[in-house]
Amino acid sequence: MIRELHGLALASAALLTLSACTGRQSALDVHGAAAINLKQLILLIVVICSIVWALVMIALISALWRKRDRRERPSSIDPATEHRLTITVVAAVIITVVIIGAFTILSFFATRTLNVAGNDDLTIKVRGLQWWWSIEYFGSTSGQRFETANEIHIPVGRNVRLQLEGVDVIHSFWVPSLAGKQDLIPGRPNELIIRAERAGVYRGQCAEFCGLQHAHMALFVIAEEFPAFEEWARLQRQDATTSSSQEADAGRQAFLAKQCAACHTIRGTTANGTTGPDLTHVGGRQYIAAGLLETTRGSLAAWIADPQTLKPGNNMPMVPLNAEELKSISAYLAGLK
Amino acid sequence: MRTFLAFLSITSVCVAGCQREERQLRLDPPVAAALDEIALMPNGIGGAPPETYFALDTPYETNAYNLSEGKRLYSWFGCKTCHSDGQGGIGPAFLDGWWSYGPEMVSIFASIRDGRPHGMPAFRDKMTTEQIWQLAGYVQTIGAYAAKTGAPGRNDEKQTRPAENRAPAAMLFDQGPKPVHRDQGTTP
Repeated sequence: MIRELHGLALASAALLTLSACTGRQSALDVHGAAAINLKQLILLIVVICSIVWALVMIALISALWRKRDRRERPSSIDPATEHRLTITVVAAVIITVVIIGAFTILSFFATRTLNVAGNDDLTIKVRGLQWWWSIEYFGSTSGQRFETANEIHIPVGRNVRLQLEGVDVIHSFWVPSLAGKQDLIPGRPNELIIRAERAGVYRGQCAEFCGLQHAHMALFVIAEEFPAFEEWARLQRQDATTSSSQEADAGRQAFLAKQCAACHTIRGTTANGTTGPDLTHVGGRQYIAAGLLETTRGSLAAWIADPQTLKPGNNMPMVPLNAEELKSISAYLAGLK
Repeated sequence: MRTFLAFLSITSVCVAGCQREERQLRLDPPVAAALDEIALMPNGIGGAPPETYFALDTPYETNAYNLSEGKRLYSWFGCKTCHSDGQGGIGPAFLDGWWSYGPEMVSIFASIRDGRPHGMPAFRDKMTTEQIWQLAGYVQTIGAYAAKTGAPGRNDEKQTRPAENRAPAAMLFDQGPKPVHRDQGTTP
C-alpha cells in the first residue's frame, strides 16, 4: 500500500513538472525567434553537461569501488602506469577546454542574432509601472499614435522593436515563449526585439521584484496575422465609442464627475489623467488590472468597488460610489470595446 | 535553566524584531467618510480633525507608508507645477516655515480639498479623502518645525532641498517679519 502511494506521488510530481512545460507562459513552449534560439542552446548545453556529469560519476564510483592496493609501497608505481595516468589527465584537461570553448562560441553565435533588427520594424514603447504596463504604439504620423495597457498586439512573423523604460522602480519584461528577459530601468532606455512565429496569446510577467504586487504584474502578447493586427490598430486609434444605452451614458457622466478622470484617460471625453492606465478601449482587452481578472462587467465592478482587497497596495484608491453609479460605470467601461 | 533563560531572551528579542510599522492599505468606507468631517474655524485657518483621526492614532502624520504615498501623490497631482519641490513659485513655498493658513493638518487638508483664494484649486473631485490626508501629511513634513520619526524614501535624482526627515532647518526659515500673504498684512 505504502509503495503504491509512493509511486502515485512520484507519478503526480512528474506529471506536474511536465505540465509546466506547456501553456501560455513557458520557456520550453517556444514560438518566438529568440526563444527558439535560446531553447536549442540550452538543450545542447544540458545534454553535453549531462554526459560529462555521468562520465565523472562513473569514474568516481569505480574509484571508490576498487580495492586498495595491497603492495608494500603503494606510492611507487611503474613508469608504464605513470605514463598512462599522465595521458589521461592531459586528455581530460584538453576535453574540458574544448567543451567550454565550444559552448562560448555557440553562445556567441546563438545570441548574436538576437536584438538585431531593421529600421522599418514596428516600434512599441513599453513602460513599467507599479504594477502595470503602459503600452504606446507609434505610427508614421502623430495621428497614428495611441496608448493602451497590459496587452501588446503584434503581427506574426515580423520583428517588433520594444523600447523598454521603467518609470518608478526596476521592472523586467519577460514573455518566455517569445524571448529572454530584459530589464526596464528608470532613466536608461533598453531595447528588445520580439518576433512571434505563430499566432497565439503569450503570457508575460514582470521578472524583477518590484514591490507588493509584483506577482500581479502580468501582460499578454497577442500575435495575430497582419490584416487582423491592422484592423485592431485601426480600432485602437479611434476615440472611445459613444455609448448608445442610457445606463452607459449615465456611467460616462459619473466617470467624468468622480475621481476616476483625474488618473485615467478615455480619448474622446474630458478624462485625460495620465497616471493610471488608458481606458479608451478597456472593454476590448482580455484582462484588467495587469492580468488579475478577466474583463467582464462583473470583474470591472468588483475592481472599482474594492481595488485594495483584490490587489492590496496598488495605486488605485477606493472611490466612494453608490450602487447606481457603480452599476452604470461598470456598464460604461465594459462597453468600451 | 540558564540555557533555557538565554534561549528565552534571544527568542523574545527576535520576536520583538517582527513588529513592523503597520501599513493600512485599505481604509474602510465608513472610516473614510468620517475622516472627511473636519471642523474648520470660520476663517479657514485651524480647526479640529474628526475623532476618528485620533482613534486611528494620527496615521497621516507619523506613518512612513502614508508619508511616502503622500510624496507620490505630490508629483501625481501636479503640486510641483506651482509649489516646486517645496521652494514655491507660482504658489507659496513650504520650506521657509511660513504657513499662510497655519501648520495644522486640518488647515492643509482643507486647503487641498476645498482650494484657497488666489489660485489654489480644489482637489475634492480628483482625490479621495484618504489621498488628501496622505498628501497633507507629506506637505506638512516638507515644512515641518520638528523632525518626524517616519519619512518617505529619498529621490533618485539630485537633491534640490533638504531631505524630508531632517531636523528643523532653522537657517532655512525666513526669520524676519515680511508680508506673507496679501490677506494677512505685513506680519503673519
